[in-house]
Amino acid sequence: MSGFILSKMEKRTVVDPMWDNNPISLQVLGICSALAVTVKLDTALVMSLAVIFVLTMSNVAVSILRNFIPSKIRILIFLSVIATLVILTDQILKAVVYDISKQLSVFVGLIITNCIILGRAEAFASANPPWPSFLDGLGNGLGYAWILMVVAFFRELFGSGTLFGLRIIPQALYNIGYVDVGLMVLAPGAFLLLGIIIWVQRAISRQVEE
Amino acid sequence: MENLLNLAIKSIFVENILLAYFLGMCSYLAVSKRVDTAVGLGLAVIFVMTITCPANWFIYNFLLKDGALSWAGLPDVDLSFLGFIAYIATIATMVQIVEMAVDKFSRKLYTALGIFLPLIAVNCAILGASLFLVEREYSLAESTVFGAASGAGWMLAIVAMAAIRQKIRYSNVPAPLRGLGITMILTGLIAIAFMCFSGISL
Repeated sequence: MSGFILSKMEKRTVVDPMWDNNPISLQVLGICSALAVTVKLDTALVMSLAVIFVLTMSNVAVSILRNFIPSKIRILIFLSVIATLVILTDQILKAVVYDISKQLSVFVGLIITNCIILGRAEAFASANPPWPSFLDGLGNGLGYAWILMVVAFFRELFGSGTLFGLRIIPQALYNIGYVDVGLMVLAPGAFLLLGIIIWVQRAISRQVEE
Repeated sequence: MENLLNLAIKSIFVENILLAYFLGMCSYLAVSKRVDTAVGLGLAVIFVMTITCPANWFIYNFLLKDGALSWAGLPDVDLSFLGFIAYIATIATMVQIVEMAVDKFSRKLYTALGIFLPLIAVNCAILGASLFLVEREYSLAESTVFGAASGAGWMLAIVAMAAIRQKIRYSNVPAPLRGLGITMILTGLIAIAFMCFSGISL
């Protein structure tokens, strides 16, 4: 490990989950929050940052503790580590961005049961040293974040004609009869959009499920 | 009584926990390949939710809420920030107890539900229901009905999806869309169908 230059192996740990092994579209983890918080870009961004933080820290913590955790009660211990980090995140969000934390409502709490975090703790951090676990958490967090941002981009643009609350689709277009796609704001729009994104992502990365 | 019935219908159909709030997606996607396993998991979820919702209601109202500890002579204590860890611990413990009880009293039910019970501890629908009942300030009776009805709604969605996925095996789906992709799109269509219920005023 030489300063900021990552070895080839370490680079793979970060880059792999971004595309070839994306947590949402290929590992099928953490779908719930990907759909629920993506009506607007700003909630999606805050949620992504919260998940990246919790995922990285929980991976590091689990990895440090990995030799002391009895395997029989490991799920309970992982859950309490994650729950503690989520409580911390929730309190910070309430203090710093109160409005957005109100909009996220129960979904901050649901980071605890977000399968990505438990999944990575179980699959990677419990068997690897802290530094690679940190990178794995970061990579998976970023892989989760970009899908979230893409879904939120389309839902906000077509659903309410704005991006980060700024009007993108000009008023002139509304005057000649353009209407926002109401379906995008509602639940079915999220399911359909994510289905299409997964289709595109898998078509490009040539991953086929039987 | 009438208000409880309304709440039940609302949580099963109008505000289905999976199709409107996206909760419990992970196990929904993973276990919806066959109808019989979907029924098993659905029953286990209803069972656990009916128990954990009132249990977490007690924990919130008698231990965590601002001023809830006044029965112990500590009226100024507000432990609500401990909510998440308390609820998830309750759920994990309840799942463990239910698993042991079922094992002891009904071998048959245990073999049917057995493998699904540990999965349930990390099903977000269950934690989500506990968080919703706190956020919406339900009473004890409402919490119990809400828990059972949300579980029933979840089971309805997963069984419907499993039935569709069994049929879709014979269809020629484009290769990259197979599996997760087509399941998401089908879920979207089911969600559109369920939106019809939102016109019902209760």
